[in-house]
Amino acid sequence: MGGMKTIIKKELADHFASYRFTIIFALIAMVSLITAYMVGWKIKTEMEGMASQSAFLLLFTLPGAMGLFSLVQFVAFFGPLVGLVLGFDTINRERNEGTLSKLLSQPIYRDVVINGKFLAGVVLITVMMVSIVLVITALGLIVMGIIPGIEEVWRIIVYLIISIIYISLWLGVAILFSILFRSPATSALAALAVWIFFSIIFPYSVSVLANNIFETVEDNPEAIAQRAKIVKVFILLSPQELYTDATATIIDPTRKSSRSIITSGAGPMESLSMARFSGPLPLIQSVLIVVPYIISLIALTVVCFAISYVVFMRQEIRSL
Amino acid sequence: MSSESVIETQELTKIYYGRAAVENLSFSVYAGEIFGFLGPNGAGKTTTLLMLLGLTEPTNGSARVLGMDPAREPIKVKSVIGYLQENMGFYSDLNARQMLQFIADLNDIKADNAKERITAALQTVGLAEEQDKKIAAYSRGMRQRLGIAELLIKDSKVAFLDEPTLGLDPDGTNRMIELIQSLCRDKKMTILLSSHMLHQVQKICHRIGIMIKGRMVAQGHMDQLAEEKFGVGKEQYTLEEIYMKYFQEA
Repeated sequence: MGGMKTIIKKELADHFASYRFTIIFALIAMVSLITAYMVGWKIKTEMEGMASQSAFLLLFTLPGAMGLFSLVQFVAFFGPLVGLVLGFDTINRERNEGTLSKLLSQPIYRDVVINGKFLAGVVLITVMMVSIVLVITALGLIVMGIIPGIEEVWRIIVYLIISIIYISLWLGVAILFSILFRSPATSALAALAVWIFFSIIFPYSVSVLANNIFETVEDNPEAIAQRAKIVKVFILLSPQELYTDATATIIDPTRKSSRSIITSGAGPMESLSMARFSGPLPLIQSVLIVVPYIISLIALTVVCFAISYVVFMRQEIRSL
Repeated sequence: MSSESVIETQELTKIYYGRAAVENLSFSVYAGEIFGFLGPNGAGKTTTLLMLLGLTEPTNGSARVLGMDPAREPIKVKSVIGYLQENMGFYSDLNARQMLQFIADLNDIKADNAKERITAALQTVGLAEEQDKKIAAYSRGMRQRLGIAELLIKDSKVAFLDEPTLGLDPDGTNRMIELIQSLCRDKKMTILLSSHMLHQVQKICHRIGIMIKGRMVAQGHMDQLAEEKFGVGKEQYTLEEIYMKYFQEA
């Protein structure tokens, strides 16, 4: 497997030397730092004397002063962009420059090329996420003066793992598009379209659809719960929702179910949502809740890969 | 020159989208010779090379390179063949040494061994002084010579050169031709050279195959071909005239 190592090495060197990576890393680091600093101050001033056990994790879940994004939401929304930017021209650039056939005329298997490039991307994403979370944690420590407990550290580690898998999924999507489309511009656009579809259009249209279908039974609490269930099942087809739900459970221990069933209205449901605040969920329970989500995210990545392999193996080196 | 065949194809056929790019191609290349593979653009030369490399699967027929089937054992075949492709793909932000190191790594050549080979190869192709320049700044001729250096790094026994002199200036062409001859003479490489530069092919090739519309219409020594077409020895005719004769008939 000398070939795989060589390709990973070269890809990493390329990425670290590229403006593209520098820019996106700087952007994300900047936003994270600003948000973390603001949230840190907010927690310090507003929660003086409360010293709740999970106060440290609020650093990741409270929105910044601009009221826009919490750090978790920020990664959920813009994380995919990192994956897409790292992968959208992986194969088609090499094809256009003629280096793909050079690579493939060396004694390596074709799948080694895809695997090597994907793994290099995963390494990069890991480096990026770990360093950002470390810096945020350090900043939180300094600003808030709260030291995270062992359990909180574990929660942050699980959060990191889920985030890395999530961004890698989008890297996989981008690599697939770079195989399907000859032009890097086309594959970038296609990948962006998928990203926008799943982050904005999909969740919105699912809830609109559900509202229309179940319109008549508005007052019946059972029907409302059932509608929420159906919406949830559909919405979980979206990687964004999978990720948001999974990380929310991990990073916010006061959550009981992976998705609050009712967010507004309905009297009988209030008791249910009140239950959220009765006490934090132990770490092991939180992990048990998110394992299916992690498996789903990995499964989606595998599907992407399966399609990539099949298409790439069958592609002729020479286009006519 | 021994008569042991290094490349052998039988009824090799490749159909792309219902059109035969290569049709019932049977030919042999013997150890230590330079075989000139002639034909107009789109005659199926590159497709044949790709099939011999195991990069494309033949629709029909079989090929053997050093006794191995490229469709079955592509990795083994690719480790003994050096391929200089027509459009010369290089990572333009690497320098010559880094590019050759990358090739050496992909071929699992041990680090200290690779270093020596790279230095020697850069000397041979005359790029030793420019080895720290980025490939982006290389002229076409320099890139082609870097391609030859790759073959030397791999120490390949068989080399496929696809249009190695295309677009080179006269000086570059001469250097390239000398290099190719030295590969054959000093490194004992068997060379399959595809080209439509008839004048050069005539100068360096031992035997010739003419391919038109996916078919091999003639193969053999120059004088053999001349005799087939004109009934006289090669002294009276250039390869160009022989080639045109075949081309018009096809």
